[in-house]
Amino acid sequence: MSRGAQSNVFAISSLILALALSVVPVPQGIALFKPDWVAVLLIYWTITQPFRFGLFTAFAMGLALDVLTGDLLGQNTLALITVVFLSLRFHLRIRAFPVSQIVGSVIVMLALYQFILFWIDGVAGRSVSPLARIGPVVSGAIFILIALVTRDTGERNTRTRIEA
Amino acid sequence: MAVSDSKTAVGSRALESLALRFVLLTLVCFSMMLADHRDNHLSRVRQALSIIVYPIQLAVDFPFSAYAWLRDSTEDRTNLAAENRRLDQALTEAEFRLQQFEALSVENARLRELLDATSSLDDRRLVAEVLSVDLDPYRQRFVLNRGVDDGVFVGQAILDRHGVVGQVVSVAQWTSEAVLITDADHALPVVVNRNGLRTIAVGTGDQGRLRLPYLTNTADVEVGDLLVSSGLGEVFPSGYPVARVLELQSRPGQAFADVIAEPVSALDRDQEVMLLFSDIEAHVNAVDIAELR
Repeated sequence: MSRGAQSNVFAISSLILALALSVVPVPQGIALFKPDWVAVLLIYWTITQPFRFGLFTAFAMGLALDVLTGDLLGQNTLALITVVFLSLRFHLRIRAFPVSQIVGSVIVMLALYQFILFWIDGVAGRSVSPLARIGPVVSGAIFILIALVTRDTGERNTRTRIEA
Repeated sequence: MAVSDSKTAVGSRALESLALRFVLLTLVCFSMMLADHRDNHLSRVRQALSIIVYPIQLAVDFPFSAYAWLRDSTEDRTNLAAENRRLDQALTEAEFRLQQFEALSVENARLRELLDATSSLDDRRLVAEVLSVDLDPYRQRFVLNRGVDDGVFVGQAILDRHGVVGQVVSVAQWTSEAVLITDADHALPVVVNRNGLRTIAVGTGDQGRLRLPYLTNTADVEVGDLLVSSGLGEVFPSGYPVARVLELQSRPGQAFADVIAEPVSALDRDQEVMLLFSDIEAHVNAVDIAELR
């Protein structure tokens, strides 16, 4: 029990860290490749531990991100709940994939995330920058890849524990 | 763990409720965006939520401000002395120019009285610090450490010691969000200081570049001309330096020339800026702000 609570604290603080990371100032060149930390992390958590976070967590995180970045209230929220819905809906299938396909589906989800942001920017009449949307998708996918590969041994351990 | 149970028994029900929740939350999102986009109905909600994220902003800013503090407090004595001398010189120079300014402002007021025109040279100011928080790499926006509690309002002009920096777009309890004049969504009315030619300076999204898209090929503009705010937009008071003309290219066959200007304020290096309170705050044009958002 205390172990579960401990890992809960870890997961929640990782989300707060993701919020902070998404507004940390970085040099211009790197900024183009700044991943959407919150989206990446929520996808990761929902795929690996689908019963920990749900749509409401995504909703709350999205609202916080909207307020933090000064976007339209609901813009990041909509993008986040869409992505989290997809990863929750298909987490069983995605988990059965080999790593390359997991990364592929994450790329699709992150691209969808960026597209929703881009689309709402366009509808709301704000300036859009289509090319700059590619960087975060690439870096986010790389991050997921690294997280999955480094986690691989741990994942195997938990699987055997669940099955036992 | 009940992982294997939920797969079979609750399977379809759980999926249905997941889809239902998703649809509901999507509707909530759309209505929020609509309410926020039209007339800023949700400014109260945003204000309340901003209190929750304030600690995150402070935490992100902390290492940067701590580093600045550390650098300041461990500054070399010789450096300090040199800086002191330099500031002393600058102050003397500024005071020297201020002597003329006093006389000129009195003369200006007298002339304006003769012309029966209003003048407002003394505006109240409030110094604000720029928090080291990066909102979006593709927009020129930043966060200030002053909010509703300090009387900051939407549409307030922001200056630094060189010239116009930007304006406030949303206010929270203790912070506010500002847009730079170089943001691609920003435009401000300016006049060429040399001859009073009025035009509009539009942001490019590139820090250090403004565009003047509405100057004809034959307009009397030269490289190096100073552009000052004209006060026509009723956001920025008139007479503050905005930019200097950097490039000028007349395009035969086109209606307008291609004019690029460079902002005079240190937009990317500003740590402290000034929020301006002047009598224009009473009738800030709501349309301007609605268009800006």
